[in-house]
Amino acid sequence: MARAAVLGRLNWRLGEVVELIDETPRVRSIVLDVPEWPGHRAGQHVDVRLTAEDGYQAQRSYSIASAPDDERLMLTVELLADGEVSPYLVEELRAGDVLELRGPIGGFFVWDASVTGPLLLIAGSSGIVPLMAMLRHRAAVASREAARLIYSSRSWQEVIFRDELGELAAGSEGVEVIHTLTRTQPPDWQGFSGRIDAQMLKETAFAPGTMPNAYICGPTSFVEAAGRALVLLGHDPKRIKTERFGPTGG
Amino acid sequence: MDAEDLVVDGNAMGGVLGEVFLHEMTSARVCCSGCGGIEPVGAERVYMQAPGIVMRCSHCEAVMLVVTQRDGRYLLGFQQLQWIDISAGP
Repeated sequence: MARAAVLGRLNWRLGEVVELIDETPRVRSIVLDVPEWPGHRAGQHVDVRLTAEDGYQAQRSYSIASAPDDERLMLTVELLADGEVSPYLVEELRAGDVLELRGPIGGFFVWDASVTGPLLLIAGSSGIVPLMAMLRHRAAVASREAARLIYSSRSWQEVIFRDELGELAAGSEGVEVIHTLTRTQPPDWQGFSGRIDAQMLKETAFAPGTMPNAYICGPTSFVEAAGRALVLLGHDPKRIKTERFGPTGG
Repeated sequence: MDAEDLVVDGNAMGGVLGEVFLHEMTSARVCCSGCGGIEPVGAERVYMQAPGIVMRCSHCEAVMLVVTQRDGRYLLGFQQLQWIDISAGP
């Protein structure tokens, strides 16, 4: 036991739901009070475990949306119609409920202000979540590295963190946010409407010569397409980090 | 959903590997004994829906590691996995 404690063994811990925020019709943020939370890095995730009355357990990974600097832990979860865990988290969970968590997990898909070079973030739908933690952390520590988010959503209504992203981009803090809406667009939409590809990234991403650090998160096929496009444009594969969430976690 | 969408990153294995190895494992490097490719666990390809969790080489698709959990035990099947390089730091 002592050995495990010294090494910071990953144990399941309990977090109490203190607030629930509906971000879009299918996405909800869960704000948790986790006693003795060891702190996390922007981009990390936690595993959430649910146990049914008959003892059946299901667990899934969810990205942390809050910055390390925030007082409370925020997970942002997208509802998957045939999921085992997300319907409970998005539709059933109430303030005061307690969740079992394991984490924080991950040391690969993480960013902090010690990383030099522009921050290039590419998100597909709920892939925004770990990237939002990076943008929130960047703001909290007043990093001077330029940041640019290229964010693909199906419609304007489905843009997660829409208002906060608008505020980040409007402030003169070196953050740019570029949306593409792939399914439906508002009548006066001036932005992009296609899927993210090499042509769009050529127009919108930092040039390879500026040595940006790219973080791509979204469904697997989205991440692979965006990653391939960056490499095609001459970006160093070693500076491209990806997080594929597959059919989504559930 | 196409078959490609069943793949996730090694990041998704960070929890279970962390329980076994007691260290942050997504940045641990692993070497494929099939092709010699070396990547962090977080950059390998992982299939969570398989019976057990399967890690495949992101270069040659060889099965490197299969982890199953049952009856309170972990079973780690090392296949095309030459070595694991784990940071002992915090």
